[in-house]
Amino acid sequence: MQTLISPSELMILGFIPGWFLSLLFPIIGIGVFTYIMALRFAPLFKAAPVNRFDQLPQRGFNLIKLYFMQWKQPRYMVAGVLHILIFAGFCVLSIRSSSLVVIGMSKGFALPGFGDTLLGHSYNIFKDYAATIVLIACVIAAVRRGIVKPERYAVPAKYGHDHTKEAVFVLGLISILMISESLFEACAVVADQQNNLPGEFLAPLSLAWFFKIVLGNASLKTLQGLHIISYYIHDLTFFFFLNFLPLGKHFHVITSVFNVFFMKLNKGSVKPVQDGVSDEELDDLESFGVKTIEDFTWKHILDFYSCADCGRCSDQCPANAVGRPLSPRFITIKARDYCFEHYPLKGEFLESKPLMDNIYSEDEIWSCTTCGACEEECPLMIEYIDKIVDLRRGLVDEGAVPQSLQKPLRAMEKRGNPYGKMEKKRFEWTKDLPEDCQVTVLDKKNNAETLFFVDSITSYDDRIMEIAKSTAKVLTAAGLDFGILGKAEKDSGHEVRRFGEEMLFQDLKNQNIDAIVKSGVNSIVTADPHALNALLKDYEGIPKAEHISQVIARAIAAGQLTLKPINDDKVYVYHDPCYLGRHNNIYDIPRQVIDAIPGIKRVEMTKCRDRSFCCGGGGLMLFYEPVEETRMGKLRVEMAEAAGADVIVTACPFCMVNMEDAIKTSGLEGKMEAIDLVELIEHQI
Amino acid sequence: MEILVCVKRVPDTSENEIEINAEGNDIERDDLVYSVNEWDNYAVEEAIQICDKVGGAVTVVTVGDDESEEILRREMAMGADKGILLQDDAFEDSDGKGIATILKAEIEKGKYDLIMTGAQADDGAAQVGGMLAAMLDQPYASLVNSIEILDDQKIKVGREIEGGNQEMNEMDLPCVLSIQTGINEPRYVGIRGIRKVASVEIPVHGASDLGIEPASVGNAGAGVKRLDYFMPDMGEGAEMLEGSRDENIEKLMEILKSKGGLK
Repeated sequence: MQTLISPSELMILGFIPGWFLSLLFPIIGIGVFTYIMALRFAPLFKAAPVNRFDQLPQRGFNLIKLYFMQWKQPRYMVAGVLHILIFAGFCVLSIRSSSLVVIGMSKGFALPGFGDTLLGHSYNIFKDYAATIVLIACVIAAVRRGIVKPERYAVPAKYGHDHTKEAVFVLGLISILMISESLFEACAVVADQQNNLPGEFLAPLSLAWFFKIVLGNASLKTLQGLHIISYYIHDLTFFFFLNFLPLGKHFHVITSVFNVFFMKLNKGSVKPVQDGVSDEELDDLESFGVKTIEDFTWKHILDFYSCADCGRCSDQCPANAVGRPLSPRFITIKARDYCFEHYPLKGEFLESKPLMDNIYSEDEIWSCTTCGACEEECPLMIEYIDKIVDLRRGLVDEGAVPQSLQKPLRAMEKRGNPYGKMEKKRFEWTKDLPEDCQVTVLDKKNNAETLFFVDSITSYDDRIMEIAKSTAKVLTAAGLDFGILGKAEKDSGHEVRRFGEEMLFQDLKNQNIDAIVKSGVNSIVTADPHALNALLKDYEGIPKAEHISQVIARAIAAGQLTLKPINDDKVYVYHDPCYLGRHNNIYDIPRQVIDAIPGIKRVEMTKCRDRSFCCGGGGLMLFYEPVEETRMGKLRVEMAEAAGADVIVTACPFCMVNMEDAIKTSGLEGKMEAIDLVELIEHQI
Repeated sequence: MEILVCVKRVPDTSENEIEINAEGNDIERDDLVYSVNEWDNYAVEEAIQICDKVGGAVTVVTVGDDESEEILRREMAMGADKGILLQDDAFEDSDGKGIATILKAEIEKGKYDLIMTGAQADDGAAQVGGMLAAMLDQPYASLVNSIEILDDQKIKVGREIEGGNQEMNEMDLPCVLSIQTGINEPRYVGIRGIRKVASVEIPVHGASDLGIEPASVGNAGAGVKRLDYFMPDMGEGAEMLEGSRDENIEKLMEILKSKGGLK
């Protein structure tokens, strides 16, 4: 049925059969690819273990949503839509491209069901459009990368070299694939038409359709030549592209499906020091944390391979925004390049060197507030917090802890709070509460239904004690039977763990679990999202903990709390604390609670909900002296100002400290104020 | 290089609320937490760094009681190779000279190229280092903020001079140095590190082991006796400037000028 000689029937130079050449390409292409992939796998096998073969239904669901539906891509609209188009085009064209490889060996080959069938013909129309759309998307993407150059793709000199060339080159390869495929097809169709044979229907306005019009009057010889040349250009480009992928940022084309499938599922938690080693066995471990590349888990190395270098993480990273020496993107890219260098494609594997002071610096690793903005943004579900924590564990193990953090850590060890204040002062804030709001310290004689877990800053800090008092008053007003642990409560250790001092965290955790279990309570409430996250994710064997906003929302719904109308005309804005929002998905409840105040005016900042901008970090981060150009809190307060707000409502004691500081240092005193959600509610009771 | 560092367990004064005991001769110690004297920690770090560079061993020694063992372990977790506890009822209430006498006896049992103390202790009088050097008849440098090992006979020592000036000295070994804070950044010791050295044996030496006449040390041998211990009355409060920022700056300039702070 076809006028033109197919590549498989061709005799090259008169004696090399076309099918043989077409067979050679895949043999060499797949052979080289297998070799490269085997070497790329090497560090994964040497890496630390982690079980990511659990919860398969959940993983399947995530794969469909995050990989196939490209869920996170539209968070950056232009790039996201372009990516979705190219990705979808790739999925459609993978069938055509694989068939084309075989067509070179066997004329007219079609995958089962894709021959002269309704499915086959419909698919052909579909893939014509797919190729056209991919080509258009590639051209727009190339213009963005090469001419528009969005800020976030830039590579600061200290982190390595720019990858614009690589990006544009790959867009070129993809375009060549699209053009050669369409040209190959169009030549055959035009030739058939000239011979009055019924050629394949070409979708109107598709790339192949345009080629058909352009080539309408071309000679048979020209058509034959173009047909064969475009076939081999496609074949060559296809296998070149395949082997080019594992060499750089386009490795994600291969690895991302696995990276999404094996993603971390227990958000907000921190990975154990070593998979399969219980807390009690930690003492037996030779070394703690990540010191060399092989100390990372295989999933973390897969993360490094999967990074598409899109820069979204760093674009959202508050540490990066204030000029701290941390850019999450380069945590990954530096490690990927290190992997490539130490497991080279030619020659022996290099000996493993310490990562610290080699590719990472201490300031870089201590700069992270673990706010999770990077992880929230990554379309490929690359993890950052666990890596940072593991690197910090390595630093702590080597004694390399900044002086500013040593004192609070020692105080925590001796006194259970970072200030080194006396245990008996832990509940001094209860002393000047009104008569009708007395707080019981739980012990053998005094027990209660609910435990109010106060945590260190809310117990000891003069300003933040007000949050403790408001919480007690609100709980009393809501009619809850509650008490506190008093002296028996220790710091939750949330940041102690996230700053890498695992053994001290274990100590604090065990003391708290003991005290909570002994208190006999059935539920726990806290006003501190960091404590909440520790109680929910890091502790086990205790009643479920809730944030005070959840308790308030329930009390309002049940009519146990009624709120007075607001008596000012200020504009309120809610700032999502990282450990309430991103790490625990509590976004709506605090907003509902604020909106329950009659007459309140509330606006949103541009960066809100899961794009909330960290205030500067909590716990030990308050003691750390970072290298930075400005402060996160300052930027955040300016965002609130830009939103037209007069009052920032937070729901976290650390946010309060950072916001109030920032209001002062930004010269907004008197114009802007910060209030905790529970304080706001207490005023309206 | 064999280095001995003398360390001391002191109450953590930063957030502890210090109260005078009923007798009025000491502070109430029940609710206090203790740690290694800060200056000593810098000395141990410096000793470890020297041994990392030129080889050798670091020994930490303290005059104290059962509870002092904890600080020796902490310094060993940092990287000191050996700890020695000097403990005897006869050592109690020693004055500075008594402590120096006890340390000298221990030092003479070994062979040390370099002896370090902290420049002072939180609860001390900054006297042991100097006395120890005199008793050992060794050269002494105080307030040391840099050490460079020239060879196994000589070292170069930097000293902080009042007013922010710096002095460099060459010293013969063996010698005694008292170490100023800021000479280095002491490493962190975590719970894990302390547990690793939890079962290392720490020898305890008493008066008879050291050949010390009990009457020459402790309360009996003390030439300095504490009479009283109290918190001084609070002086006049700070003057708070009130007004606009410009007014405050104006007033501050005037005050500084009148007191000679600005010329």
